[in-house]
Amino acid sequence: MTSDSLSKMKSALVMRSKLIHAVRSFFIDRGFVEVETPVRIPVPALELHIDAEPSGNCYLRTSPELHMKRLLSAGYERIFQIGSCFRRGERGRLHNPEFTMLEWYRLNADYDDILLDTKALVSFLAEKILNGTSLVYNGNKIELMPIWDCISVEEAFLLYAGWNPVMHFDTDRFNIDLIEKVEPKLSHDHPVVLKDYPAEVAALARRKTVRPEVAERWELYIGGMELVNAFSELTDPIEQRKRFEECSEERRKAGRETYQLDEEFLRSLEHGIPAAGGAALGIDRLVMLMAGAEEIDKVRLFCQ
Amino acid sequence: MYAVGDLRKGLKIEIEGVPYLVTEFSFLKPGKGQAVYTCRLKNLLTGSTMTKSYRSNESFGEPNIEEKKLRYSYKEGEDFVFVDENYEQVSISAEVLGNSKYFLSEDMPVEVLFYNGQPIEVTLPFFIEKKIIHTEPGARGNTATNVFKPAKIEGDFEIHVPLFINQGDIVRIDTRTGEYVDRVSK
Repeated sequence: MTSDSLSKMKSALVMRSKLIHAVRSFFIDRGFVEVETPVRIPVPALELHIDAEPSGNCYLRTSPELHMKRLLSAGYERIFQIGSCFRRGERGRLHNPEFTMLEWYRLNADYDDILLDTKALVSFLAEKILNGTSLVYNGNKIELMPIWDCISVEEAFLLYAGWNPVMHFDTDRFNIDLIEKVEPKLSHDHPVVLKDYPAEVAALARRKTVRPEVAERWELYIGGMELVNAFSELTDPIEQRKRFEECSEERRKAGRETYQLDEEFLRSLEHGIPAAGGAALGIDRLVMLMAGAEEIDKVRLFCQ
Repeated sequence: MYAVGDLRKGLKIEIEGVPYLVTEFSFLKPGKGQAVYTCRLKNLLTGSTMTKSYRSNESFGEPNIEEKKLRYSYKEGEDFVFVDENYEQVSISAEVLGNSKYFLSEDMPVEVLFYNGQPIEVTLPFFIEKKIIHTEPGARGNTATNVFKPAKIEGDFEIHVPLFINQGDIVRIDTRTGEYVDRVSK
């Protein structure tokens, strides 16, 4: 990176620093405890489409999720963390193999409570960083408050892709249509919440009691960019083990590296966690939105 | 072999025996979903382009492609003869050269792409100078620069030039488009 391109990034980086400071004060003022869990871990969280970067006989974390949930089971009621995560091979306009994630978790809460947290956080940050309630991204003025569209994955697919992924799940078709047919149709004028995913694509989320084929997961899009993923956390150890094993089998069939199950994490679920909700937010993308940057390289130093 | 993760702008790949150049590239991935790699591909044999989306489990061949710097030497029948730095001769057909054949001049440096040893693309210097050998005189007093008339250059190729250009003038031509750029001298 040349010193010229570094100096051009300065205003975005000043904004980034203010934003991270504001995120910390938002959570600390609400009684959350900031935690630091290990970056280098013996086994990564099992996800079908996320590959971990090896580090000696360990891995770099793809998310701090499993360690943070172990803290929930030990009685920590409200926790958050800001730190680097690593995903092998993910490089594009919105991706860098190393990126900064904010995660927060609450006991006695579900994904709707987490959505309220997220609305409060976004409006707090807009006020602190942009002195307003809207931002301009890619030429679109985006009103951040008060109305967020909320549409279920089932409705969105029926509307824009013409099929029902909850009734007849097809993993390849789901992924392609999500990118090519559904995401481009989501509003760019205000935030959109896509919620209630087929359980197959929400390995760590709780199933809906009344409709077990649907899992309580949502994703927030702002300006068409996927920004936050949230769950009502799956806390049933038997169900969790089963989903991990299925995911591991899928990875094996797809010819991808397989990882051991995180037995310590499963043990903490057996010990018991009350209902909990949590979310992961991409800090780099949030800075991109606020700074009007088109690619992650403009808001994150020394991208490779 | 290339994996999908190797794709990037400028990479040359082979699909079903055809070499392609990746001219545009984007990586899209929903949070928990499978990555989709979208490429704009240029067929290096025909020049046609297409857009293709790939997922992580696909792979591509590595085309046997070589780029060489050659100089134009002379025309022999329907073919054009070039030489490399060791004066080894390479014959390239008029078909591969396309309109570029009209812009060659002796000793001109060119870049040639070879696929499996066969020349498939010749890149000339972007700008060349040529003498106008025939054009009708422009109407007297008409000095507008946005009105064009046909003109023949050395080698008998027709281009379009502004009305003020006369027979015997030297003009600059963009070899990528075959279009007039400006007048070099009267």
